[in-house]
Amino acid sequence: METTKLPPTSPSSPTTGFSVPSAEKVDGFPRRSMRRARQRRSHSSSQFRYQSSQVELTPLPLLKDAPVAELHNLFCKKLQQCCVLFDFLDCVADLKGKEIKRAALNELVESVATSRGVLIEPLYPETIKMISVNIFRTLPPSENPEFDPEEDEPTLEASWPHLQLVYEFFLRFLESPDFQPSMAKRYVDQKFVLQLLELFDSEDPREREYLKTILHRVYGKLLGLRAYIRKQINNIFLRFIYETEHFNGVAELLEILGSIINGFALPLKSEHKQFLVRVLIPLHTAKSLSIFHAQLAYCVVQFMEKDATVTEYIIRGLLKYWPKTCTQKEVMFLGEIEEILDVIEPSQFIRVQEPLFKQIAACISSPHFQVAERALYFWNNEYILSLIEENSQVILPLVFTTLYRVSKEHWNQTIVSLIYNVLKTFMEMNSKLFDDLTASYKVDKQKELKRERERAELWRGLEEQQERRLQTLGETSRNQKNLQERGEPPQPSSPQTALPKQPDLKSSGPYSTT
Amino acid sequence: MAGADGDDSLYPIAVLIDELRNEDVQLRLNSIKKLSTIALALGVERTRTELLPFLTDTIYDEDEVLLALAEQLGNFTMLVGGPEYVHCLLPPLESLATVEETVVRDKAVESLRKISQEHSPVDLEVHFEPLVKRLASGDWFTSRTSACGLFSVCYPRVSSTVKAEIRQHFRTLCSDDTPMVRRAAASKLGEFAKVLELDYVKSDIISLFTALASDEQDSVRLLAVEACVSIATLLPQEDLETLVMPTLRQAAEDKSWRVRYMVADKFSELQKAVGPEITKNDLVPAFQNLLKDCEAEVRSAAAKKVKEFCENLPEDSRETIIMTHILPCVKELVSDTSQHVKSALASVIMGLSTILGKDNTVEHLLPLFLAQLKDECPEVRLNIISNLDCVNEVIGIRQLSQSLLPAIVELAEDAKWRVRLAIIEYMPLLAGQLGVEFFDEKLNTLCMAWLIDHVYAIREAATCNLMKLVEKFGAEWAQNTIVPKVLGMANDPNYLHRMTTLFCINALSEACGQDITTKHMLPVVLKMSNDQVANVRFNVAKSLQKIGPVLDSNALQTEVKPVLEKLATDTDMDVKYFAQEAIRVLALA
Repeated sequence: METTKLPPTSPSSPTTGFSVPSAEKVDGFPRRSMRRARQRRSHSSSQFRYQSSQVELTPLPLLKDAPVAELHNLFCKKLQQCCVLFDFLDCVADLKGKEIKRAALNELVESVATSRGVLIEPLYPETIKMISVNIFRTLPPSENPEFDPEEDEPTLEASWPHLQLVYEFFLRFLESPDFQPSMAKRYVDQKFVLQLLELFDSEDPREREYLKTILHRVYGKLLGLRAYIRKQINNIFLRFIYETEHFNGVAELLEILGSIINGFALPLKSEHKQFLVRVLIPLHTAKSLSIFHAQLAYCVVQFMEKDATVTEYIIRGLLKYWPKTCTQKEVMFLGEIEEILDVIEPSQFIRVQEPLFKQIAACISSPHFQVAERALYFWNNEYILSLIEENSQVILPLVFTTLYRVSKEHWNQTIVSLIYNVLKTFMEMNSKLFDDLTASYKVDKQKELKRERERAELWRGLEEQQERRLQTLGETSRNQKNLQERGEPPQPSSPQTALPKQPDLKSSGPYSTT
Repeated sequence: MAGADGDDSLYPIAVLIDELRNEDVQLRLNSIKKLSTIALALGVERTRTELLPFLTDTIYDEDEVLLALAEQLGNFTMLVGGPEYVHCLLPPLESLATVEETVVRDKAVESLRKISQEHSPVDLEVHFEPLVKRLASGDWFTSRTSACGLFSVCYPRVSSTVKAEIRQHFRTLCSDDTPMVRRAAASKLGEFAKVLELDYVKSDIISLFTALASDEQDSVRLLAVEACVSIATLLPQEDLETLVMPTLRQAAEDKSWRVRYMVADKFSELQKAVGPEITKNDLVPAFQNLLKDCEAEVRSAAAKKVKEFCENLPEDSRETIIMTHILPCVKELVSDTSQHVKSALASVIMGLSTILGKDNTVEHLLPLFLAQLKDECPEVRLNIISNLDCVNEVIGIRQLSQSLLPAIVELAEDAKWRVRLAIIEYMPLLAGQLGVEFFDEKLNTLCMAWLIDHVYAIREAATCNLMKLVEKFGAEWAQNTIVPKVLGMANDPNYLHRMTTLFCINALSEACGQDITTKHMLPVVLKMSNDQVANVRFNVAKSLQKIGPVLDSNALQTEVKPVLEKLATDTDMDVKYFAQEAIRVLALA
């Protein structure tokens, strides 16, 4: 059975929702959205609408004053009291009720966190019910339909003053030494988890931060749900990649997966490999890659460190999805490739060096200097340099033409001098090959031009022939048509088939290119 | 065909396949896009036996190449030898229908749907339907998703045993484990229902519809709403209440706003599909709720439907329903908190006046129009102004003109140039409705002020606007009110304003006619040929080229020609170029 390593941090105090920087611990990149969110006013919530009538809350006695015999009963009453929802869009509505609920939630958090023996079986359904009623809701539409998580301020959840305490309580509940997975699994079931996962789309980074830690605990403690959680995360990612391109919690889910992958047993199950190839690699195509790239690259490298044989899938996958127009993403890809090369096994390197260095050569000749520069930095990495040196016989011919050409043509002086350094390194590495390649550079160029001419010739011939063929085809079909009109038995096909298609054939793209 | 076959030896397939395998993606893509040329060069036989197997085996390419391939194969029937061989195209398309990238898959399905029509009924059962089954039971969700789009094209033309199998497969996919497949099935439910026999619609489709409409994922449920329209259209009226309405009612009150949004968005279609009785009893209250929904998205979608919904109400009770049920909600929406809602409402609210008639419009709608004309959001005001023609027909625009003017002036001076641009575009319409006196008195200054706006797009639109006004009010009006002001700008110290004069002349000369052009405009243009800014000078050349056709040959020869000849020797190369061009076009050389 695979194991999962729990992240070392957890939300420390109930009053600061922001002090959960485990994201920063994993990737070292604090998320801007989180920092900026602090100054923001909350605005949106679609939570309130599901409550039909308002109940007047009356304060209950304090838990700490309750006699032991009364404790569980009172705890239960407080849970029920906390099932009442309040309208936070109207900030002055029912202030008294809001305060009573807030105090009750605080007490519940306190009690679960500090006293032992509180969590007895009958409280599980009530606890899960209270949590469900509070946190599960259809997320409101984004206030900004073109919300760009990199540029725009997120919309914050209006009911956060209560919601945060509910999340805190949930987390304390899961982390309590009294917590019994065998009891909880009856209530924290697949349906519950599915709803929990949907909340990861919340625009509020504070909420996603709690969800991340909570889901991680659930994954760690409720073993029966693990496969289901992984499958549903897959579905969320696949929808994100192929359908909507929109999901706010991708980074958080990837962070959890990072530590899940860490715990995978060897040899890797085919399910896990499929996840890598069909979900993680295609995630690189997302427009919003920059938001979760650090977490994604971490997951990818984790896979490689687990099992070196997946290296080829990864590299070939990245090459397949290599950005064609977005230079910013290209720089990210190059960064990820370097992370991968940092831990690659030499035997795996040999399997991918050819396509990989063709791409690197293409990057070096990019007119965008940051792309070229990022690619050329590979030669500053000692491990990569040693791999290149071992295989210079293969790699040098792949990149030589590009280096030679770009060194003469690139507009940016920094790039030109970086290329000189790289050429110099190669010269020292393998001077014989270097001289041969320099000598044959002109001849190769000529050959290239010749091939170019031959290709043009071939297509010209093909297109001329096509003209003739089309005429013949046209005549044939006219003849067929005449035959049909004379009452010949029709072809074994429906009437709207080939013959009326003829004009279509003529007008469709490829035929009109002569 | 003998002569054509002789050419084959020129192009061994290896050469052609090399082109399809070229290392450079761009070249590969070019080759694939000309796949039909290659197929034609090979002839039908070798296309079937050599090219298609090659294509089927090498579907591991860039998505862009695969997309081109999927598209090409949809038009390949003739190239493989006509309908009797069309099934040869199935293997490569089947592989394409299973790839990850949605765009490629969708295109493959589209091509499969297209060529399914070219299959004979026998081939459909022997070749096509097994493919659908294989896709429907594929391991990965992509193939099952693709299968959903293929059931409806083969169902009508196969035997009843095969039909039963197809229905079974569709049922299975509707309860698939992955939401992606359920979404695909739900989105094809309506289309599939249309080709089914009515009995099966009642027995099969309804239960699938009910299940999908209560799926745990809202993304599936909302697609069932779309299917609801088709299904309701198919069923006889007496079955609607029991088979469709419970689900529709539930959808209109779904806890997810996305589903409610979908209901609002499809409301007119739903209304037509369920007929007048159900509309009166069920849809009216549902519509009221959607107009009062807690999410602005839903309210906007519903607000957009207000006019269409009211129009399609049964005539006998239309007015009562609108006055007692709909109008109170509309009144609230006028002061909604979301500007999207208000703007959606403003784009249709004027349409209600034709439905309600003069008295109701004056009493109930006019105050709402006036309130929206004063809305803080420019888009709302614009939407009202852009639909003035509806009101004009019913009560005449005079009722509104007092409130209209401040609104127009404010929009005309809005800080956002796109708003200014939008109001300019309505000027000719407004001028037509308000009449020439009102225009001269109140709006003329605005139109002239736009000519010196600091945004080029506004100056350009203002020029075009003048032309439309002249078309409306005639040349004489132009000569008295517009032309003097336009020509006056020729002496402006700002060269951009001087150029605007030229642009206006370009636009106005034709509408103003030969007389005004020759007498008033031409002298100004000619004088500007001495401008010190080269941009002005080459625009003079362009203007002369433009107004040349309006002038008589005497003016062309004696006045235009010498100036153009002088400009053709200008020191600036652009001035020279345009002067020469004008000389050539006007045939003055």
